[in-house]
Amino acid sequence: MPTTMTYREAVRAALAEALRSDERVLLMGEDVGRYGGAFACSRGLLEEFGPERVRDTPLSEATFVGAGIGAALGGMRPIVEIMTCNFALLALDQIVNHAAIMRHMSGGQFSVPLVIRMASGGGRRVAAQHSNSFEGWFARLPGVTVLAPATVQDARTMLRGALREPDPVLIFEHILLYPVQGEVDEQADTDIRRAAVRRPGRDVSLITYGGSLPKTLAAAEQLAAEGIEAEVIDLRCLRPLDTELFLDSVRRTHRAVVVDEAWYTGSLAAEISALIMERAFYDLDAPVARVCSAEVPLPYAGHLEDAALPQAAAIERTVKEMMAGHG
Amino acid sequence: MSAPEATHRPGQALLSGLPREALLERLREMLRIRRFEERCAELYTQGKIHGFLHLCIGEEAVAVGAMRALRPEDNVVSTYREHGHALARGISAAAVMAEMFGKANGCSRGRGGSMHLFDAQHRFFGGHAIVGGGLPIAVGLALAARMRQEARVTCCFFGDGAVAEGVFHESLNLAALWRLPVLFLCENNLYAMGTHITRHQSQIDIARKAAAYGLPGQAVDGMAVLEVEEAARAAVAAVRAGEGPRLLEARTYRFRAHSMYDPELYRSREEVAQWKQRDPIDLLAGALRQADLLDDAALAQLEGEVAAEIDLAVAAAEAGPWEPVQDLLKDVHSPRFA
Ligand SMILES: Cc1ncc(C[n+]2csc(CCOP(=O)(O)OP(=O)(O)O)c2C)c(N)n1
Ligand SMILES: [Mg+2]
Repeated sequence: MPTTMTYREAVRAALAEALRSDERVLLMGEDVGRYGGAFACSRGLLEEFGPERVRDTPLSEATFVGAGIGAALGGMRPIVEIMTCNFALLALDQIVNHAAIMRHMSGGQFSVPLVIRMASGGGRRVAAQHSNSFEGWFARLPGVTVLAPATVQDARTMLRGALREPDPVLIFEHILLYPVQGEVDEQADTDIRRAAVRRPGRDVSLITYGGSLPKTLAAAEQLAAEGIEAEVIDLRCLRPLDTELFLDSVRRTHRAVVVDEAWYTGSLAAEISALIMERAFYDLDAPVARVCSAEVPLPYAGHLEDAALPQAAAIERTVKEMMAGHG
Repeated sequence: MSAPEATHRPGQALLSGLPREALLERLREMLRIRRFEERCAELYTQGKIHGFLHLCIGEEAVAVGAMRALRPEDNVVSTYREHGHALARGISAAAVMAEMFGKANGCSRGRGGSMHLFDAQHRFFGGHAIVGGGLPIAVGLALAARMRQEARVTCCFFGDGAVAEGVFHESLNLAALWRLPVLFLCENNLYAMGTHITRHQSQIDIARKAAAYGLPGQAVDGMAVLEVEEAARAAVAAVRAGEGPRLLEARTYRFRAHSMYDPELYRSREEVAQWKQRDPIDLLAGALRQADLLDDAALAQLEGEVAAEIDLAVAAAEAGPWEPVQDLLKDVHSPRFA
């Protein structure tokens, strides 16, 4: 039976379920315990599961991520929270040079069943050091699975699938999604590697993920009012990509717009665009278009930040130009 | 852990050694920061200031004491809790307030906001919000000063939380190894967000960590502005004399939440109330009153001056222009490469 909750509550319920159902699971990160998590996603977990399993760490990203790798190698199922992906850069070496490649480099002898969660994205007026969308960078790494739950349902159930993976999984939670309300079927078990069609349509495929999904759906609603039926695809898993699902959509609609909050250059949107070009070029009626962030460190001032980020209006405009034939 | 009971109070020497005007000036500076930040909190609830807002209320003595020990040619590197540092360094309240509003007349042209105040004229190399991120930059500024034979000291502020980051250790080591002119100034307010120092440090005596890297470390009562100043002056003098870096730990406390989002579930009201007994402004004002150097009228005058300055700062921020949206991409690269 579906229940209504916020994305934040869904993350918390997922963490509680993980801690409850597997003795090997531990949660560690800055302020996950006493404080209850920077985004309140772990409130109450310290009280329920105790300080052995819910561990406040010092501000030492490189070390607690590395310790997560070691604990995973040693037989635990750690869930490491990095407050935001901006601070994950301090742990980049552990993720890139250690977690991601351990299986391969050891000739398949060792695996790192580690889940790392982090908040990402802009839109909260917190300026250039707190607003980045780095999931596309991590999605370049062979050896990791990258998830971007965009719905409350996925926030609730994707962690379950992530913990079944024998290799590292990175989960990106867009900061603007935490207060979003949605319906959840607690029992639903969805394949974490499948993309999802969030809105069917015949005229154009809008391919997106994470915090850009609500904006893209809003744009699709506006377009529908003007007679353009957009299909909205939520990638869900950024590595490996569910390429067949979006290619199939593009083959039906013959048009594609990729919406990605990261910067244009070298983005996941660029990768998707290349995949469409390679594998569905002759099905296209128009060049693939992208709506990404302006190539600027996110400014503090609200009007500038809004102008830098992909907005529903820009998605709408891009689709209309494409439909009009000069996109 | 409570404030250190100082066995000797070097600040007493300054209290008796400084003229009344100089002492009132320090009191005024602390009041200026306190009232400025109180106004910021109001403006935040009114929706004029957005994002993260980290107040240093309770910690004013560290900013004021330390800045008094620096010269205009010195460098300052700071954190996201830097309004006090910026004001005490001499950046105008109007430029800081306009930045909080996100206006083009702000000291970072509205690009930085509360956490990222910059001012080249005052050699204020930024509010940095990646914890610990400023430390190696300070080491590099000191390296440049040394190689260019400039008599600059670089003062780097950071919190107790930053001490857990690798860069803290790497920066102290490198600065000591190369004998660079850096004053590492740790504002130990006992908390890294909601995590008490006893739960993030195996050795809570931060000043002692200096010994591991072969530089002198000292702790000072961060609630006593004159003691901070005296300790900072001694440390800066040694650094300037080419004796290599110093670590100064100012033991202080933040009276407000970590940021405007913090429900403060990790500490008791009693603990906060106890620390407010050692309010740095009250401590200095009390000492001045005891020495017959301050009365109600004089304090009211200081308050009046400070309030007038802040009113003007808010007016300047209100009146300031917004950066035009077509200039969004300005200053990503130098104009040559744009
Ligand atoms: C590298 C990094 N990790 C985490 C954070 C999130 N964060 C911001 S402030 C803070 C606490 C820092 O505490 P401290 O250094 O003691 O400074 P204080 O806030 O007490 O002044 C944390 C965890 C961050 N900004 N940067
Ligand atoms: Mg602190």
